[in-house]
Amino acid sequence: MRSPICSGDHGRKMRRVTRNWQLYLFLLPAVAVFLVFNYYPMYGVQIAFRDFRANLGITGSPWVGLKHFERFVSTSSFSLLLTNTLRISLMTLFLGFPIPILFALLVNEIRFPKYRKLIQTVSYAPHFISTVVMVSMLIIFLDKDYGIVNKAIGWFGLGPYDFMTKGSWFASIYVLSNIWQNMGWDAILYIAALSSVDMELHEAAMIDGASRLKRIIHINIPSILPTITIMLILACGKVMSVGFEKVFLMQNPLNTSHSEIISTFVYKAGLQSAQYSFSTAIGLFNSVVNLVLLLSVNALAKKLGETSLW
Amino acid sequence: MELSTRKHDTDSRVIDIIACVLGGIALLLTLYPLIYVISASFSEPTMVTTGQVVLLPVLPTLDGYKTIFEYGPIWTGYRNTIFYTVFGTFINMVVTLPCAYALSRKDLVGRNALSILFAFTMFFSGGLIPTYLVVKQLNMINTIWALLIPSAMSVWNMIIARTYFQSSIPSGIEEAATIDGCSNVKLFTRIVLPLSQPIIAVLILYYAVGHWNEYFNALIYLSNQEIYPLQLILRSILLLDQMLDMMDSDPEAQKEMMRLLQMKEAMKFGIIVLSTLPVMILYPFLQKFFVKGVMVGAIKG
Repeated sequence: MRSPICSGDHGRKMRRVTRNWQLYLFLLPAVAVFLVFNYYPMYGVQIAFRDFRANLGITGSPWVGLKHFERFVSTSSFSLLLTNTLRISLMTLFLGFPIPILFALLVNEIRFPKYRKLIQTVSYAPHFISTVVMVSMLIIFLDKDYGIVNKAIGWFGLGPYDFMTKGSWFASIYVLSNIWQNMGWDAILYIAALSSVDMELHEAAMIDGASRLKRIIHINIPSILPTITIMLILACGKVMSVGFEKVFLMQNPLNTSHSEIISTFVYKAGLQSAQYSFSTAIGLFNSVVNLVLLLSVNALAKKLGETSLW
Repeated sequence: MELSTRKHDTDSRVIDIIACVLGGIALLLTLYPLIYVISASFSEPTMVTTGQVVLLPVLPTLDGYKTIFEYGPIWTGYRNTIFYTVFGTFINMVVTLPCAYALSRKDLVGRNALSILFAFTMFFSGGLIPTYLVVKQLNMINTIWALLIPSAMSVWNMIIARTYFQSSIPSGIEEAATIDGCSNVKLFTRIVLPLSQPIIAVLILYYAVGHWNEYFNALIYLSNQEIYPLQLILRSILLLDQMLDMMDSDPEAQKEMMRLLQMKEAMKFGIIVLSTLPVMILYPFLQKFFVKGVMVGAIKG
């Protein structure tokens, strides 16, 4: 039988290390990649507090303290970036988070197995469309002259609108298209959790005279609540990190007032205008806010209920 | 009692109808854009730009596809992406599977510390520029390695594999193997891997789709068109209008831009179809694996 892991016996531990030396070999490539490409950059993040110059290297560049952070906070773009980022992410949280749950509850109520399977299968498909293709489709569908969306709202006497160049539409387009693309995929977890709900609970409730709607509210929803909590904690941890990829592709000179977010600004300041230290400072500010958010939401969840990440 | 059951039946039927109708709407909303793009790709471009194409192709033609076949950069991109997908996924698997297996072993000394080492990177990172500087220091900028090595393993996928190994490989097996004098390498390659085909399929699919759709790292690290992946070529064609502000005033460049713009109108739908096709064709056969991956990962997130 396996020896207990918590044995304080040093010699036995050493023997286990030597006996399993090949397992450390297994870990070597992954650990090496992560040390070089994830942990070394964390060491390199100190250039946020220095004036980085390539010829001086990371540790040779002069310390400047919080200069770059102060500069970022005092620029006029600071509040704009923050508002734009938060607008998109809060909308994602309030719309993008509950809709997959509602979709899962809905699919769970469909009683024809084939129809249900069809809906599920089709709903995953958009998840695999690349961001580049997704954004091109948006531009095509929202086109002012021939876009199908303008045509549809034209029937109701509205429009045509030039959606992609109006900043005020930006967040809605971003969030709604995300929902289109990921609703089915994000619902998988909830659908699975729903399918494992104990049927006896439903039968007992039916005998007590609970209607189907009541059973959905009092049995189905509570049974997926732990899954919802975990997903919510993770979603909150991402509030400040709106993905770069899609926003960057959706940007055009006319909508930047609403589409410039922290991650696109980091890219432009860093790689396009080579302000390495300044850009790193903004990135670090963002990561720290995210980490703090995640930890506090997790702590809150722990306090309120039993479910938390760790 | 009799009465209340009947009331329940109507209640229940109302929910049935609502669920089926809403489900149908979701189905149509998901399918329609996909059908539209396919139809438009087979239609006369002017029919699309004048809004005549609604559901089915109008004035069917293969002109769009012909233009695409004659446009070299797309095929370079295609070739490169196939290379990145195959070779990249191979590297991913070689790095991820052994790591996941080692971490799944309860008798591994330092298991917790190592798990934390990996998990921490999911919540905190050095950020864009420090990572870029490392890649630059290693002289990987503008080489294929920039797309292959830094992303050699996704922690999320590793956790999925680890969870699978923990829950599906019988736990007595390593003792039995050690007693029989079987090394860990042999145990892994001869016993564990053959028992893990479903999870291997899941990981290959996740990684392969990731490589196929990848553009961010290419955007950051590559500037040589010859090694661009398909998505970056697509961007330069499909999102040309978005990039018009980068256009310089050189008349030659402007002429080239105009030519590209015209070609773009003819090609754009076909390109979307051709670039998404490989994933979409495989998708119905593979979707049960994709779904399985989400489920395994969720057991211990």
